[in-house]
Formats: sequence, C-alpha cells, structure tokens
Amino acid sequence: MNIYDLLPALPEIVLLTMICLVLVTDLFIKDDEKDITFWLSILTLAFTLWSIFSTYPETREVIFDGSYVSDSLSHLLKLFAVLIVAVVFFYSRDYLKHNNLMRGEYYLLGMFGLFGMMVMMSAYSMLTMYLGLETLSLSLYVLVAIDRDSTKSAEAAMKFFVLGAIASGILLFGISWVYGVTSTLQFNEISFAIQQNPGINGVPLWFGLVFIIVGLAFKFGAVPFHMWLPDVYQGARSSVTLYIASAPKLAALALILRVLSDSFGDLHEIWQTMILIIAVLSLVIGNIVAIAQNNIKRMLGYSAIAHVGFILAAIFTGTQHGYSAALFYTITYVIMALGAFGMLLLLSREGLDIEVISDFKGLNERNPWFALVMLFFMFGMIGVPPWVGFFAKLAVINSVLEIGYFSIAVLMVLMSVVGAFYYLRIIWYMYFEKAIDKSLLQVSLDMKVLLSFNGMAVLVLGIFPSWLLQICRNIIFV
Amino acid sequence: MMTNIFNFLNILIWLPIFSGIAVLLISYSEKNIFKKFEVLHYFSLLMSLIIFFFGIVLYINYDSGNAALQFVQRLSWIDSLGVEYHIGIDGISLALILLTTFMTPLVILSSWESIKKRPYQYFSAFLILEGLMIGVFSSLDAILFYVFWEAMLVPMFLIIGIWGGKRRIYATLKFFLYTFLGSVLMLVAFIYLHGKTGDFNFLSFIDTPLTLTEQKYIFIAFFLAFAVKVPMWPVHTWLPDAHVEAPTGGSVILAAIMLKMGGYGFIRLSLPMLPDGSHYFSNFMIIFSLIAITYIGFVALMQKDMKKLIAYSSIAHMGFVTLGFFLIWSIGFNSGAGLGVTGGIVQMVSHGLISGALFLCVGMLYDRMGSRQIADFGGVVNTMPKFAALMVFFCMANAGLPGTSGFVGEFLVILASFKANFWYSFIAATTLVLGAAYTLWMVKRVLYGEVANSDVGALQDINNREFIILSLLAITILIIGVWPAPLMELTANSVETVLNQINQSKVIEL
Repeated sequence: MNIYDLLPALPEIVLLTMICLVLVTDLFIKDDEKDITFWLSILTLAFTLWSIFSTYPETREVIFDGSYVSDSLSHLLKLFAVLIVAVVFFYSRDYLKHNNLMRGEYYLLGMFGLFGMMVMMSAYSMLTMYLGLETLSLSLYVLVAIDRDSTKSAEAAMKFFVLGAIASGILLFGISWVYGVTSTLQFNEISFAIQQNPGINGVPLWFGLVFIIVGLAFKFGAVPFHMWLPDVYQGARSSVTLYIASAPKLAALALILRVLSDSFGDLHEIWQTMILIIAVLSLVIGNIVAIAQNNIKRMLGYSAIAHVGFILAAIFTGTQHGYSAALFYTITYVIMALGAFGMLLLLSREGLDIEVISDFKGLNERNPWFALVMLFFMFGMIGVPPWVGFFAKLAVINSVLEIGYFSIAVLMVLMSVVGAFYYLRIIWYMYFEKAIDKSLLQVSLDMKVLLSFNGMAVLVLGIFPSWLLQICRNIIFV
Repeated sequence: MMTNIFNFLNILIWLPIFSGIAVLLISYSEKNIFKKFEVLHYFSLLMSLIIFFFGIVLYINYDSGNAALQFVQRLSWIDSLGVEYHIGIDGISLALILLTTFMTPLVILSSWESIKKRPYQYFSAFLILEGLMIGVFSSLDAILFYVFWEAMLVPMFLIIGIWGGKRRIYATLKFFLYTFLGSVLMLVAFIYLHGKTGDFNFLSFIDTPLTLTEQKYIFIAFFLAFAVKVPMWPVHTWLPDAHVEAPTGGSVILAAIMLKMGGYGFIRLSLPMLPDGSHYFSNFMIIFSLIAITYIGFVALMQKDMKKLIAYSSIAHMGFVTLGFFLIWSIGFNSGAGLGVTGGIVQMVSHGLISGALFLCVGMLYDRMGSRQIADFGGVVNTMPKFAALMVFFCMANAGLPGTSGFVGEFLVILASFKANFWYSFIAATTLVLGAAYTLWMVKRVLYGEVANSDVGALQDINNREFIILSLLAITILIIGVWPAPLMELTANSVETVLNQINQSKVIEL
C-alpha cells in the first residue's frame, strides 16, 4: 500500500496528529496560561482547514478498503464544521474564563469531537460511521460534564450518556441485521446487493433499516427520540451547548444522507413514511412545546427539534432537490444557531449566566448593535425574508411541493407561524421592555467582531443566497 | 427595456433603505455630535424629500399613454430556484408609489418633537419601511414581492412595539402573527404556481392556464394574505388594536399605505391570475365588502376612542375598494366594468390621504392632552381654531363630501354597483349616512360645544410645522376631489390591461 493512497484522509490525519501534540503540550501549560492551549487549538484548526482545501477532490475517492470516502459533500461539510468549531472556540473563551472553566480539556475534547464528526462525514461503511459517531458522542458526554461542580451538568451528562448508549445499541443492532441480510457493511455494496438480489428486499432488511433510522434520529434529536435534547441543552454550560447545537448537526446530516440515499436509496418507499412521520412530529412538537419555555437554552433546544423537522421533511422527498435543500438548510441553520447561542455567551459574565428569556430585557438600550444582531438571528430562524432562513425554508417547501405533498407544505408554513411567536418573544424583551441590568459587556473584541460577522452573514446570505444554493446543488447532483 | 442600474425605480427602492440603515448605524455610536443639533432629524427629512422628488421624476417620465409595464429591469438573482430581481411599474403601482413617497416626509415631520425615545431608530424604521413598500408595489417576481411583503412586517412590528401605547406588545404581536399567518399560504401558492411555470414571473403566472379547482384553492390562499391586509370584514380584528396602540406615524403609514397592499394584491395578483376563481368567489367578496361597509360603520359609531373610530372607518372605507374590484362580473365587461376598478383605485389613494390626515390630527391632540378618549374633549375649536378648521375639513372628506377626494372614489364605486344591482348600491350608499354620522358626531363632541375642562382650555393651537403638514394633505385631498382626471388618466390604461387579463378565462379543458 502506497502512503499516497492515504492522501484523501489528510485532514483527519493532520487533525489527529496535532491533537496529540496539543494534548501533551497542554500538560506543561500552567492553569492561568491556558490561552496558549486556545491558540494552539486554533492553529490546529487552521492546519486542518488548509489540508481540507489542499485535498479538495476532483472525483469521489474511496480508500481504506472502501470504508472511507472523500468527495465534495464530505469536503464541504468538513470545511463548515472546522470553521464553526473554530468560531465556537472563540465565542467560548471569555465565558470559560469567567466561569473558571478555562482548561485544556474543553478545547481538546472539542477537537476530538470534531475528529469524530469528520470521520462521520467521510464514513462509507457502517463500521466507520459507528466509530465516528462514538468518538463524537464520547467527547460530547464528557464535555457536558465539564463543570464537575454543577449537579445540573452532571445530571444532563448522565442522561445523555445513558440514552446515547441505548441509541448506539439500537443502531448497532440494526447494522447487524443489515449485515446479516446483505453480508456487507459498505454503503455502496449494500445498495449493490439490493439491486443484484431483489429477493433480500424484505422484512429482515427493513427491520434493520428501521433500527438504523431510529439510531440516527436519536443523534439528530428528532421526535420521538428527542427526550435528551432539551435537558442536555439546558444542563450543559452555555459554551458546551453552543458546541452541541452547532457542528454535530452537519455530521448527523451527512450520515442520514449517506445511509438513506447511498445505501438504501432503492428502499425509498420503505423509509419515506417513517421519515415523514418523524419530520411532522418534530415540526409540531418542537414548535408547540418551545412556546411554553422560559429557559432560553431549552427554548432554543425545542426550536432545534423543529428545525430538524424541516431538514427531515426535505430528506423525506428522496429527490436530489430535496437533498440539496436539506444540505442548504442545515448549513444555514447551524450558522444561525451558532450566533444565537453565541449571543448567550456574549451577555454572560462573571457570576451571571443568561438562562431565562427575560435576561434579554432592554438589550436595545444597553447595546443596540447586538440587539440588532440578535434580531437578525431570530428573524432568520423564523424564516422572514430577507434573512437566510427564509430561503432555506423556501428551498425545502419547493422540494416538498415538487413531489406533490401539498398538505405537508401547508403544515410546514403554519408551523413556522407558530414558531414565530417564541422567537418574537425574545425580540419583544430586547426591544419593548426596559433594561433592568445596565452593565456593560465583558467580552473581548475578537468575539464582538466575530459575532457581528456572524449576524451579517445571516443577512448577506439571505440577500445573496444563490452561490451557496448552487454549491449545495452541484454537490448533490454529481 | 431599460437595463441600467440607474433605473429610477431602483433608486426609489434602495435609497430609502440605505439611508435608513445609515441613520441607524450613525445613531448606534455612543459619542455623537450628530445628535446634538438634530442633524439626523434633518437628514431623514431631507432623504425622504429627495425620495419624494424622485417619485415626481418617475411620474414625469412615466408614459401614461403606454399600457405596457415601464421602468422594467430584470436581473438574475437566485438561479437555482428560478428567482429573479424583476421590477417594473404600471399606472396603478405608480399611483401608490407616489402616495408612499408623499406620506413618508409628512410622517417624519410629524414625529419631529413627539418621539422622545430613540428618535433615530424611529426615523430609520420609517425610511426602511418606505423602501420596502415601494419594493412591494414594483415587484414583478413573486419571491421578490414576497420578500418585500414580509420584510415590511419587521419595521412595523418594532414601530408599534417600541413606540406604541400601553397595550403595545399585545397589539404588535397580534399584528405580526395575524399578517404572517395570512401571508405564508400565499408563499405556498407561489411555489405551486412556480411548479406550473418554471419561474416566479408574475406575467407567466398570468399566462399559465389553471383548472377551476386550482384557481379556487389559490384564490383562498391569496385571499387570506390580502384580506388580512385590507382588512376585510371577518379578518379585520387586528387592525383596531394595532392602530390604537401604534404611535401616530405608525398609524398613518399603516392606514395610508400598508392597508393598500391588500387592495393592490387583489388587483395585481388575484384578479388577473385567477379570473375564474375570482369570478367564482366574487359574490362572497361583494357580500363581505358590503358587510364591512355597513356593519363596521355601525361599530365605528359606537367607539369612544378617536383612533379606534378612525380605524373602524378605515375598514369600512376599504370595503369600497374590494367592492369596486369584485363588481366586474356583476356589471359585465362590455358595460363599464372599469368604473368599479377605477373607483377602487381612486378610493385607495384618497383613503390613504384622508385617514392619514385624521390619524395625524388625533396624534396632535394626543401629544397635547395624552388622551384619545372622545369624552375627554369638547370645545377644542375655542382653543385651537386653525386645527379645528382643518380637522373639520378632513372629517368632511372622510364622510364623502363632494369636492373632496373621498367623494370621487365612493361615488364611482356606488355608481358601478348601481349598474350591477340596485340593492348593492343601496347598501353601499348607506355609508354616506353612516360615515357622516360617525365622523360628524365625533367632530361635534370633540371640537364643538363648551370648553369641556381646564385641560382643553389650556390647549395650544398647532404650530407652523403641524400646520404645513395638515395643509399639504388638505390641498392634495382638495385637488383630487375637484380634478381627479390626472389620477384617473394615470391608471386608465393599466386598468384596461388588467380588465383584459381578467376577461380571458384560464380554465383548460381536460
């Protein structure tokens, strides 16, 4: 085997090597100098980003005996994942300092999680997928518990771990059925086996498929497998919530796309109904329950469930338009979620976590610029033009109407009206109420600049969404 | 076709938006020399006047003899979804654009002193809103239209919520959710039509054949969007709340222009795109309009709050617009169906001016007294003679006095309804009684009689700024009332085009 055959996996190799170096270096860094670890992590991410650019594939390359794929989909998602994790690190730095959590573990676990995500995005066999998923999940379990003195975090981590382990078990169980029927674990060979031997397209295969979908829906946080999500969002420290709420969604999307279209594309009619039910339930329950929340992290958690409903509705179509709409929706949603959670970190300071919606009271008096930026995120999530959320919803609804599901499209728009209420509530507190707390923001300039860019991105992508839509489309229509 | 980016229409859409953003950003900086000398006040006013000037330039350059769309510009925007940046206007759009550019400077001028809390955000919201409203009137692409249409809600949501009265949060949430709910189904309808035609161009929507069932469903989707905006009788309940709680400027823009979006939507989208569906529902629409005219007229009679009274009178007057539009089939195409449509358009413009003026009057009283209750006033004419003279004039116009613009629109629509059916015109004409009753009764209670209390006795008459605002409106109302010909000529060809589109059945035989 030639060493150059491993070149497509360069991003992962670079990242893992650098992580090991940072891990060892971190041991020798004093507790009050953890800024060094932070900058080393940023350097690591920069190298990873460079390696992603330098290995951009002309065609789809499959290596490691068919268990790893490098194509434009994996590269685009990795690119966004690395960028988003870097932004997460920048947003979290001041928060961690204020809360006495500035330890190397946060960054290292974050990067291990990123490694897991990148493996998931490039997974081309059930086993690689599982390995990536577990690397990510284990990092997340520990990250949630990173504040060991907080009982809430410990509880959330425990819940996350137990439920996550069950979901992994269910996923493995499904994989074993599929392996039993098709005698392969590779995505393309599963699809090939089904085409070659239509006789195996029966209940045992479907049985395995159902378990795999349940496992993936759990990781995505779709109803009825969403129970962990609000608790974990609320229980984890805000910087960890920011991490969980952003990049892992990209990895989960990659898995769902690969499993459902690459390996089980021929079983479209079998999984379609199931995905539809999950999507509709997520839309309805996510949006309606979010109205009742006063804790903002919990509310954004339920809103994440609702957004997953939109993404799954696009995947349900089983068309290439639907898949590219799902890809666009996920990327833009992650950018908005990053900003919304980043805003919580911006407003938090020593001894004060932003937890309830009323903490946003009078932000327009305290700091009109960031009130405006938050307004961008909220209207973006509602799906009001010209913010980018509108075009994401437009693409999804368009793909659903294309296959003639009128009622689903109507349900989706009605649910975005329901969803509008709880996002508007934040704007109401920011703009219509008087400020109680008039203190100034305690964060560094780089975070303010990045967050402003993040807000502008939501607007600018909404005014010029064409290029990103086109990229998503080119990737899916290979 | 004009393709350069210095299309006047582009300037009219983007200049207000960018100047609004500039005002907003300048106001954010902490140490600000601009704030000391009201520089941003003058800047906002200047920008809105420049925009009005461009509106006039647009009017001068518009060829009303030509029925085709003018100032058309078509650029690709989102290729992968088939969305284009496609704008252009006809006479109907131009009339409403002129109304928008005329009202905005007046609103900014009227808020000069009364807005103490963050005035720059207030002015910037109005400037951005102006650009978005002009965008709605000039879009020829469904998604572009929808973008402007929805984006418009955001500044208005903030205007009512930040600067409104006591129950402002309830009112603004109701306003936002009500109108948002109405419009989302329109989006689904647009995407459905896109599935038929492959693009989002209004003109190809008009050309594409549709079965009657499709037309009925799409009509209902459009109806929800536009009827909520107009607002028509069963879905009007957001309007009194929004109007009462909104600051004066917000009420003026809401009544003068945002309500016209609904009427504009019917004439630009529903009628030409769905002629058979509109025909099918035309009786419902007429009945709803007549209910709005009479029932809401009675409701207005009972109001104790002046703003609420004017809000209800707006609903009743907008009933004439929808009545005029949907009378087409009852009259018949060969016997002057254009009368109702023209009447509806004149009524839109005239109602914009009159209701705007009345809201300004109430706002001026509110600034002085801190109350809008009719019972708190009485004998205002003794202390504010100039104001009282103008307000009486606007109230007369609201009641449809001949010689004012209010008369022209209502008269045309009643004339058209007489051609259609005697009873339609009979019911519609009750407004002449009802409208006079509720407005003049208000005038009697507020303006005339003894000075009611010491507060009224201490009132100061309007200053020059306020006098200029009101007299400009009064002059315009008078001009349209005595000499409506330019307005009708401006829209005549466009109305003809729309009628031809409506006259062609689109149903395909399967």
